Amino acid sequence: MNTSPSRQNVFLRFFRRLASPKYFYDFAGVWIPWLGTLALLLFLIALYGGLLITPPDYQQGDSVRIMYVHVPSAWMSLFIYVFMFFNAIISLIWRIKLSDIMANVSAPIGAAFTFLALFTGAMWGKPMWGAYWVWDARLTSEAILLFLYAGIIALNFAIEDRQTAAKATAILIIVGVVNIPIIHYSVEWWNTLHQGPTITKLDKPSITMDMLWPLLVMTLAFKFYFFTNLLMRARLELIRREKQSQWVNELLR
Amino acid sequence: MRASLALLKRDLLLTFRNPGLIVNPLLFYLLVVTLVPLGVGANQQILQDIAPGIIWLAALLATLLALDSLFRNDLHDGSLEQLALSPTPFAMLTGIKILVHWLITGLPLILLSPLFATLFSLSADATGVLAITLLLGTPVLSAVGAIGAALTVSIRNSGALLALIVLPLYVPILIFAAGAVSAAQAGLPVTGQLYFLAALLVLSVTLAPIATSAALKINL
Repeated sequence: MNTSPSRQNVFLRFFRRLASPKYFYDFAGVWIPWLGTLALLLFLIALYGGLLITPPDYQQGDSVRIMYVHVPSAWMSLFIYVFMFFNAIISLIWRIKLSDIMANVSAPIGAAFTFLALFTGAMWGKPMWGAYWVWDARLTSEAILLFLYAGIIALNFAIEDRQTAAKATAILIIVGVVNIPIIHYSVEWWNTLHQGPTITKLDKPSITMDMLWPLLVMTLAFKFYFFTNLLMRARLELIRREKQSQWVNELLR
Repeated sequence: MRASLALLKRDLLLTFRNPGLIVNPLLFYLLVVTLVPLGVGANQQILQDIAPGIIWLAALLATLLALDSLFRNDLHDGSLEQLALSPTPFAMLTGIKILVHWLITGLPLILLSPLFATLFSLSADATGVLAITLLLGTPVLSAVGAIGAALTVSIRNSGALLALIVLPLYVPILIFAAGAVSAAQAGLPVTGQLYFLAALLVLSVTLAPIATSAALKINL
């Protein structure tokens, strides 16, 4: 079988080229403004929809609008961890430099979304539950997720050699993924074991279309924001790591 | 197999030549447990209620103390490199090192658990369950902790970082173990929690040595 690059299928060739630092740098440079603009537009639409168009909830009043930021942040906090996990796997198995860069630079963004989810949750909890923080299973496991992110970032910064740091964080990310479901379900179980639910879930009718669309648009906006930010950070990290190479020297001349 | 036994013998010998490694975490453990009544008051009922959590939290912290030095000396004197090069699978040898860590931190806690139970006047049932949870749970602490120790082995002053990495991973153990003791104290069945602990034990004892050895190889 002929496996010369010209005979391979289009997608494989694209990914192979993408794995080369210089090609990726240019590729990301082209995409960043488009993704960023798209994220900003969607963000404004969702914000307009969430704050001005949708009606206040019949039980929660205007506080329900916090959901349009809170829920997408919480989704992103998990999405980014899974994204990091796949990149960590790829970087350990196929030793693709770009994947470990992706895994490493995602962590601060993921931590930021996790923090945002917790913070907006606390803002929502005060008027709804009467407390900024309750030891509810979901809140607690989200807080533990924040600590996992913090551990990954701290480990990454503590090791000086970039290659070693990348591999070590990749292993920690994978170990974390094995643990996340266990932590999640054990925390859920802990809560039901220890105390009766102090706060039952609000009697929530399934969400109406009116309220759903800004939520989905905001989710998309956050996704595009993530990829914009990711590509920007990846470019920066790439230049730092490749500063000895010729193309970076030409670029920065 | 012979290499594993030799390593086991060597590590135990090294530990016994430096008894502080065994005694200090134990004293730390006792101290933490003693400080709690001073902090929350001597109310018997309150102490009984929080005893399972306190005993287990102290166990978590005591495990952490000995983790920091688990691989460091071997890395510095080069013996870790030799172990990695030996024909015996490296994961098996790291498994032995985890076993040694458990023998010097986990096992003494189990032997001393009746004492702690008495200090907090736990019921006879709860005392037995406490010993079982320690038996099932402390090996997991050693095994999961070893991954963190291996990842941070080349970092100086890694104590706080190690705690940051490892403690979130200890959450399930803390929940099921302390939950089981509390349930036993209240006269409720505990088989569910014990099965979960046993499952976690199997999972971590089989997988953690592999992750640990992979993490160590990065640092060699």
